[in-house]
Order: sequence, then C-alpha cells, then structure tokens
Amino acid sequence: MTGPDAATATPTAPAGGSTRPPQSADDQDPRGLGASVAPADALAKAQGTYPYAADLWAEGLLWAALLRSPHPHARITRIDTAPALALPGVACVVTAEDVPGEALHGRRVHDRPVFASELVRHHGEPIAAVAADHPDTARLAAAAIVVEYEVLEPVTDPEQAFSAPPLHPDGNLVRHIPLHFGDPDVVGDVVVEGLYRVGRQDPAPIGAEAGLAVPRPDGGVELYVASTDPHADRDLVAACFGLAKERVKVVVTGVPGAMGDREDAGMQISLGLLALRTGRPVKLVATREEAFLGHAHRHPTLLRYRHHADTEGRLVKVEAQILLDAGAYADTSSDALAAAVAFAAGPYVVPHAFVEGWAVRTNNPPSGHVRGEGAMQVCAAYEGQMDKLAAKLGMDPLDLRMRNVMATGDLMPTSQTVTCPAPVGELLRAVREEPLPPLPVGDDEQDWLLPGGPDGAGDPAAVRRGVGYALGMVHMLGIEGADEVSTATVRISEDSATVICAAVDTGQGFATLARQIVQEVLGVAEVHVAPVDTDLPPAGASARGRHTWVSGGAVERAARMVRTQLLQPLAAKFGMSVELLTIADGKITSYDGVLSTTVAEALGGKELWATAQCRPHPTEPLDEFGQGDAFVGLAFAAMRAVVDVDVELGTVRVVEVTVAQDVGRVLNPNQLAARIEAGVAQGVGMALMEDLRTARGVVQRPGFTGYPLPTALDTPEVRIAKLIEDRDVVATFGAKAAGAVPVVVAPAAVASAVRAATGRPINRLPIRPQNAIVAQG
Amino acid sequence: MDSRLLTSAVTLRVNGTVHRLTLDNRSTLLDTLREDLDLTGAKKGCDHGQCGSCTVLVDGRRVNCCLLLTVACDGSEITTVEGLSDGWSLHPVQEAFLARDAFQCGYCTPGQVCSAVGALREMAEGRPSAVTVGTEPPSGAAEIRERMSGNLCRCAAYPNIVRAVGDAAERAAEWWERTP
Amino acid sequence: MEFLRPADWTEALAAKAAHPSAVPIAGGTDVMVEINFGLRRPDALIDLNRIVELREWEVGADTVRLGAAVPYSRIIDELPTELPGLALAAHTVGSPQIRNRGGVGGNLGAASPAGDSHPPLLAAGAEVEVASVRGTRRIPVEEFYTGVKRNALAPDELIRCVHIKRADGPQQFSKVGTRNAMVIAVCAFGLALHPATRTVGTGLGSVAPTPVRAGAAERFLEQALDEAGLWDSGGVVPPAVAGKFADLVVAAANPIDDVRGTAGYRRHALAVLARRTLDWVWDEYRGKEWGRACA
Repeated sequence: MTGPDAATATPTAPAGGSTRPPQSADDQDPRGLGASVAPADALAKAQGTYPYAADLWAEGLLWAALLRSPHPHARITRIDTAPALALPGVACVVTAEDVPGEALHGRRVHDRPVFASELVRHHGEPIAAVAADHPDTARLAAAAIVVEYEVLEPVTDPEQAFSAPPLHPDGNLVRHIPLHFGDPDVVGDVVVEGLYRVGRQDPAPIGAEAGLAVPRPDGGVELYVASTDPHADRDLVAACFGLAKERVKVVVTGVPGAMGDREDAGMQISLGLLALRTGRPVKLVATREEAFLGHAHRHPTLLRYRHHADTEGRLVKVEAQILLDAGAYADTSSDALAAAVAFAAGPYVVPHAFVEGWAVRTNNPPSGHVRGEGAMQVCAAYEGQMDKLAAKLGMDPLDLRMRNVMATGDLMPTSQTVTCPAPVGELLRAVREEPLPPLPVGDDEQDWLLPGGPDGAGDPAAVRRGVGYALGMVHMLGIEGADEVSTATVRISEDSATVICAAVDTGQGFATLARQIVQEVLGVAEVHVAPVDTDLPPAGASARGRHTWVSGGAVERAARMVRTQLLQPLAAKFGMSVELLTIADGKITSYDGVLSTTVAEALGGKELWATAQCRPHPTEPLDEFGQGDAFVGLAFAAMRAVVDVDVELGTVRVVEVTVAQDVGRVLNPNQLAARIEAGVAQGVGMALMEDLRTARGVVQRPGFTGYPLPTALDTPEVRIAKLIEDRDVVATFGAKAAGAVPVVVAPAAVASAVRAATGRPINRLPIRPQNAIVAQG
Repeated sequence: MDSRLLTSAVTLRVNGTVHRLTLDNRSTLLDTLREDLDLTGAKKGCDHGQCGSCTVLVDGRRVNCCLLLTVACDGSEITTVEGLSDGWSLHPVQEAFLARDAFQCGYCTPGQVCSAVGALREMAEGRPSAVTVGTEPPSGAAEIRERMSGNLCRCAAYPNIVRAVGDAAERAAEWWERTP
Repeated sequence: MEFLRPADWTEALAAKAAHPSAVPIAGGTDVMVEINFGLRRPDALIDLNRIVELREWEVGADTVRLGAAVPYSRIIDELPTELPGLALAAHTVGSPQIRNRGGVGGNLGAASPAGDSHPPLLAAGAEVEVASVRGTRRIPVEEFYTGVKRNALAPDELIRCVHIKRADGPQQFSKVGTRNAMVIAVCAFGLALHPATRTVGTGLGSVAPTPVRAGAAERFLEQALDEAGLWDSGGVVPPAVAGKFADLVVAAANPIDDVRGTAGYRRHALAVLARRTLDWVWDEYRGKEWGRACA
C-alpha cells in the first residue's frame, strides 16, 4: 500500500493483488475438495495489510460527505448550496440537478432518486454530496447546505400504507402475492392462531461503507468499492452518470463484512459524480451513523397465522397474512416477499395453503437483501405455530414436527416439487439425539455465565433453562426467472494456476473454494485467484450461496477444459484416453504407471487457458396465485437451542445451539463449521437484541450502543450434530450453500427455547425482556 | 485564530520508530496512524469505542485509539498490528489466528489481534476479569470470551477467535518477556 | 480547537480559569465519544494526562481518596476490598479497552444518568473534590448531579478526586442491559450496608434524569432492620421488608422509554435488583457468602 507521499494517481493494491497462500504453506497443507484449505488471504488479514476501500489512497484526493435528510417525510422547498461552496477547501457540491444521466436507480426497480430534490421519503435520504480537501471540511460543508423542508406526516405503520395517500408515483404497494393451494374450505379439527412480529435487523458490517472514485482520462471513472455485485453496480451507476458501461469500471476491494448487499449504490453514485465533476480522485468513508441510515435492512414483518391440524397432529391447512415493510423504496422487496410466501408453511407437508403476502412502502428506512430474507421471518412464525399447535394437542413439539416433515418428492405450496435432497426428518432426529449440555451445579456455580453476563444482575435462583427446536428452509440462487450465470477463466503455466472470475469473496470463502477446485482438477498446489473488477465477465451477486454453485461450477468447467487440453496430447501419444490419466501433486500418471511426467513438463513452457460458464436450469415467476417453479435449490436445517432465562428480569443467555444441516457435500470442513457458527450468531442477534428502532420514521440511536451486536459472551457454543451429505445432483459438486439457513432457523429455535423456559408466547423478535418475565406467586 | 493554537508538535514511538509530527489538535490517534503514518491496520468501525476494531497497544495497554487524541499521546510507545510481526515472523497470536482460521472478512482482525495480545498480558500479570474465580489461573473459554468482549466480530468468528487466544496464551507470555 | 497541556494541577487550574469553556480530558472515553459524534465542538481541551496525582489513590482511615483519572481496571485490581461496590461497577464499564483508560472523573464530568460509577458512589457515600484558582470545595456526590448530563461544577472548576467512604460492610452493584458485555445500563442499582452506623446507602442509575439515592427506602430499611434487631441477630430479612424496600426504591425512580427499555420494564427490573442486592449484601453480612463472584 502506498501512503500520502506516493506519487501516483492510481490507488494501489485493492483486494489483495494476487491472493497468495500464506508463506507457511508447505507440501503438507491440505488441498483439494473436502479438505480444510485455509483462505489465501489469511496472512494479510492477520497482519492488517489486507486492503479495504477505506484504506486506499490516491494523490490529490478529495474527501466526500453526504447531506442526508433529518426528516422521514418532507417536501423540499429550497436547497441553497452557496454556503457550502463558500467554505475554504470545498471543491464541489452536487445535488439532483447535477445528475447527468438517469435520475432514478434501484436494485430491482428504479424508483429511488440519486438525490432527493422535491420529496424526502425516509430519514437519511441523500440530498447533496460535497467534495473537499479534508473529511471534516466536507462534513461541515454538507451541514452548511441550507435545505428548507415542509415537514409531512410520515406513514410508518405498514398496515396504514394501504389506505395512506401514495408516498411514491408507483404507489404504496410494491408487491402482492395471493398464494392459493388446495381447497380453501377445508377446516382442521384443531386450529391455532398467532400474530408474530419481526424487527428490523441491520447487516451492521463492522466496516462501514467506503469508496474511492478515480476519474479516467477518457472521461470515465473507476470506483474502488466493496461491491458484492460489481457488474450490476457498474450498470446502475453508469446509467446515472449518463456514461456507456465501458467507461465505468468497478474494482472490488476487500469486503469488510457482508450480511446483505454492498455497497450502498447512492454512495457510489455520489462518489463517481464528484470525481467526474472535479477531475480528481474522491474518497468517502461513511460514519457509523450514516452506515445505519444508508444501507438496506431486513424487512420488519407482521405475520398472522392460522394452522389447521387433525387430532393426530397432521397439518391440514395453513392460512397466513404476511406484511413486509419495504420502507421508502422497493429494492429487493419483491424477492423477499416471494420467499416469505413460498416458505410460509416451512419444511412441512401441507395439503392446503392460503397465504396473502404484501410488501408495502412506508416512510421507514428502506429494506432490502439481508441473508435469509423472507425465509427468516416466516420461520419464526411457522415454528411458533408448531409449538402452539403441539401445546393445544398435548403433543411433544418434536413429535408434531416429525409427523409433518417434508421430504424429496413432496409439493411446496407453490406446487413446485421438491426435487433436491430434503432430509428434514433425519435432521430433526439428529439434533434430538444429541445429549443436552449439563446444568451447572454446586460449587461451579461461579463458572456459570448467567443471563446478563459477568457481574450482571443474574441470580441463579431465578434462572430457568429452556430447550426449544426449530426447522427451517431457505432457497439458494436467484429466484423467479433470474438469469443465473457466471463465467470463469482458468489458466495454467509451469506449476501454478490462476482463476479469473468476477465472483466477490466477501469472507464467505469463494476464493478458497476456487483454489480447492483447481487443486482437485489440475493437481497443482499453487493456485492464485485474481482480483475482481468489471473488466472481467460478470459472475453476479455474492448472495444466497450463488458463488459456490454458479461460479464454482464455472471454475470447475474451465478447469476441466484446461485439463483436457493438457492431457489430450499425452493421451494421444500413448494411445490411451484422457480418462486413464490422473493428475496429483503436480504429477501426471497413467492408470498402468507407464506414463509418469510432471504438469510443468507436459506444458512444455506453454500456457493453457479456458473459459466456461455455468447457468443452472431456469426458474419461473410465481403466477397470480403464487404458483410456479420459482426456486432452483433449497437447503434445510434443524436446530436445538438451550437457553437460560432469568425469569424475574426476562434476560436470556443462549447456552448452546445444536445444528443439523443439509449441506449436500462438505467441500471444506473448517470453513463450513465457521459459516454455520457465524449464521447461528447472527440469528441469535436477531432473536435477542438486534432491532434498528425508529420513532415516527426517525432512526433512533444509529450506532453500536443503540444497536447492540452479539459479543463473544453473547454467542453460544455451537454443536454440529450432523451434516447430511446427500448430494444435490443439479448443484455443482452436489453442495448446498451453508451460510443462510442457520440465520433463518436460529431465531426460531431461540424463541422456542425461551417459550419452553417461560411458558410465555414469545411472538416478537427480538425478544424483549418484558416478554420473557414469568409472573411471580 | 493563530494556527499554532490549533496544532501541536508530538513525538510518538510507533512500532519502534520515532515520529515527530505537527498535528491538528483534533486528530485522533486512529486518524494519525491511518492518514499520517500510513498504518492502516487499525480500522475505524464505529469511532465511538464500541466495536474494538481500532484497538492498539499504548504503553503496553490495549486501548481504543479512536478515543485518544494524538496530542495526548505525546511521548507514548504505540504498537499496532503492523508492529507485532517482523516480516514473516509472526506474533504468536497472529500464528494462532492463522492456525485456527479465526476470521472471515478480516476487518475486525487487527483489533482482535491487538486486543488478544493486551488481554494475554493482563492475564499473565494476574489481572482479574469479571469471570475470574479466586486465584486460579484464567484459561477457560468463558474467561477468554469475557476478556475479548470489547471486540465485535459481525462475521461471528468468535469460536475460532476464542480457540486462537487460548492457544496463544503460553507463547504470548514469552513474546512479552522478549519485548521490553 | 486549542489543546492545553498543563504540567501540574496548578497549571491545570490556571488553564481552566483562563478558558472556562475548555473541556478537561483524561482517558477520553467520555469526552471523545461526544466529540466524535459531533455533539460537542469545544474551543479548547485541557489534557490532564500529565498530572500524575490524578492517577493516584490513597487509602485513609475512613475514606479512600481516588484520583479522578485512576482507570477502572486499576480500581478493579487495587481497590476491591476498600471499594467493593465501585469495583463491581467498574467491571461492567464498557469493554476491557475502555476500562484501561476511563475513570470516575469522566463519569462525573459527563454526569450521564447511565454512568456506571454513580450508583456505587451514591451508595457508599462520597464527596467530589473540585477545585479552581479560587479554591477547593467538596460536594457531596448526591448534590453533584444537577440535571440530565449536568453537574455542579462551576465553569472554572475541575474534578480532582473523589473521597469515598471505605467499605465497612458488604456492598453490591447490579445492572441490567441488552447483552452480556459492553452494556449500557437499562437500569442499575448500588447498595451498601454500613454496620458501624447501622445505616444503608443506595444509588440508582438510568432510571431518572440524574443518578439518585432512594432516601425513603434507605430510612425504611434502616428502621426495619433496627426494630427487628436484625443487625445484632443476623436474622433473615423478612420478604415483606425486602418487598417494601424494593417498592420504595422504585418510588425514587422516574424512568423514561428509550431504545434500551421501557419505563415500565425499568421499574420492574429495578425492584428485582433492589431485592436481589439486599439478599446478597445481607447474606454476606450474616457471614455467608454465595450467589455471586466477588471482584
């Protein structure tokens, strides 16, 4: 990395340059698929040299700051930028007037202004951007811009959105899905109803939004950002700049945490505009408060359920109304709603289902893609219903679930047949059979971490232990006809190979997987993964486990093509087919041992390249009754949560979460375990503490005190009871993405355990302490 | 206003190198390290001492350097993540983080590593934590979780972080003995 | 922003007299949060880090003189016997990193109702020693907090130290938060028994515009213990007494709804804390100690 004194106008070394394996790597290191290969960027991360956008520098750069609306709903009557421009050190101020191209943008629907100019629709909406010679100057200048508002009544209750005057020319209804499956008149012997609420979880990456824009001599611009979908971002920002796509290049830096989409498109557009206007590099690093205001959150959701069952506990019908608060703009709400509606009954066989789903606009902060979108909210509700149904039937909640579990070949309420492995019953049995953690007893009491933490208020006498279970499912890949495709190139020369693919490694391990694939197919130990930018062919978003499947598939195909190119001449020379040759540890050998050479010798100084695509079989949109084959792949998990609840204070500590997961195939055991532990922790955060609160549309205390994240003391022990490796024949390597499903299931499992400990309904996430108190006496 | 009133001269010893700087009084140590000394290992996560990503060692103690004014550190000895390793020779905590794969996105890692180095020193000195029982040597997972509770990891690599810190405990003590 | 670096206490007082709007800063964990938030843009700061005496403590016959900038981590290490309530509270301040820098002076200067030092200082009995070029005065800690984030300091005054009564009996501190570490109190309660004078002290945090004592609860409990002869007999505190004590503690609170909790929950939790801490201190007084780790 270069510093302020570097005489260069180009930023240096984003995203690792070439990601080399740690120097300590030797021949004994695990390699190939199924091995716990360590991430190539690990050394740089441990040494603090792995570069994120906030760490970049370019000579002569300006600093940007955004002016954001303090009101959730207001008409802008005047904007005066002169006071900002008058400040010494200010180079440029841009507002809506200065957007040369498309005035509106958005990830699915282009409904969001780059800068609000007439109407403000949510707290924190950008109004102007400033570039100045110092970050403080930029912030002061942004604050000096005069904006006069006519404050309007905000619509903050999504139930009011239906009758409220339209907040947007597109209306308040983003999407409505009425799912009709079976016979509406069927009634069960036993009926339970429930109302559930899920709060606003924020992705809350520790690294806030940041970026560096560098103007190009050809009138274009380069953006160095932690994009998780670089080509989509490039297309979106280029349209707003009024530039051809080719003149905008998005270069992906290290991604400082991604539980949802990165990087805030509004920030990228502002940066690029300022760089284009000033002709100088412009850098922006969002404050923690801005980060909470700028990026999309998980959809706060209201769910009404009615479950019908027969006296034996077999589900007969599920009725549900699901209301997603999209906030001010549509973003990916349509996808979240489709998932919520399709998975509304969970991984259970339900002969009749009637689900009404809506995503509506409000003046609340915009919602968007967060891991497990839609699927997480409904899981909390349908699992709450299963507990309720079990109580009403006097059945063991596990037996009730076991009686209804879905399996391969069953129909979802969308009429899609579950064709992939769906070992739901086996998962549930696996967590059920694990021994429970012992209760701390006797003198070891002081080792017992009580709810409230060390030196908190916990009293062992008031602590009750609860055990709860949950099952859940989530989709992989894009849905409803999204064109899922990725392209990868593999190159081999001498004894090392390189993977070139625009799939962004957000820490989820794609780069490691790509190395493993090439190690496996080409038998070389040293594999580099090239940095990502939009000069490469598109690979699509890093989300929903896509890259394991789609980009992993492209890498594998390209590697196999290279393998054939490498081995064909040898095979021909020895009169045998390529299939009779194996490559391992850099050596090529034939089945009979006659041929034995090295990869380097076989190459003979040549380089071999191949490029391939992977495009899973297409999906279709849900129809007017919520029917259709909308999903490519599904993943399932069962969890058992053990909690300690201080029933006087209502405080909860999750002691342990036991997981059984349907993973298709284990490609990297250590990485897989880490992904599951991470998903559980994020789910525990949703269950117990994470809720970005608003008051009349204004975000309250946007920071890490107002929005607490789980610490090391809040994260439970995670016990992996079983990883079921039923290969999904249509998925690359038969593997299913592992990161999202724990986030979906863990909140429901924790809620179930707190229900068991307290006997309280627990129908709201995160669980508020007042709802986990057991009345005394 | 006289610009001399707005800036101050400070001398810092950072990772063994003495720097004499004239700085805006408003500069935090975090900004000075990142913007003036090109040591971008310490990260800005929240700027309010709530995430621990900016943890460095000042005179051997772990602190959140976003809450320190550089001018108030005049004469201090500062160790950042960059100062823990010497080329390929890593600090035992860094080695343990690598061995345990104790990160995902890596953004909080420099702060975790520095915090662990400080925590292990505090443990070696016998400083109690909130879960320390009597005078028993602290080593359990709960103990380490408590001592590392000032460093948020959104990717939740906590299980491996806790294991790594446990692994490093013994060797870190030797490192401190070697380093005055 | 001007940065003043007095070499000693006299220079510090002179600096504060010359710049009454200057903000004193030591560990920085209170002041810097406000500056980084943009909530405060002071014209000048007075750096107290060079003043050694602010980081020193001294145990006297009846009181501990605690320098304003002694970090929490040292209070935990060095004064757990003399100031058990404060040491317990210090353990729950922010994170280990914050505890290495922050001290009681910052908490008093910020005078946030959520500051963790306040309940144990109120419960133990303390006087804040403040000084200016005009002289020195001692302010009883319960008179120090004058409003939300306001205190009794005159513009030219600085906090030098706190004189805290040495523990002559069991003390406890409890707080409820939204997670298991790095917690800002939803509510907090400190309780101290003073067997020598047969009195009790209380301190309430995060449940009123300022940290407060529950005077009526203290008097009720003193009287109830006295009348039943429990100080001498070491008998069990009757549940009715504990219940009434808790009710009176809650009566001293005036909480609000915020992102951390509702007023109703704060009242409920405060009553639980009052009963629990009374249990704990009384058990300890009776020579039996269980239920929690001591620092």
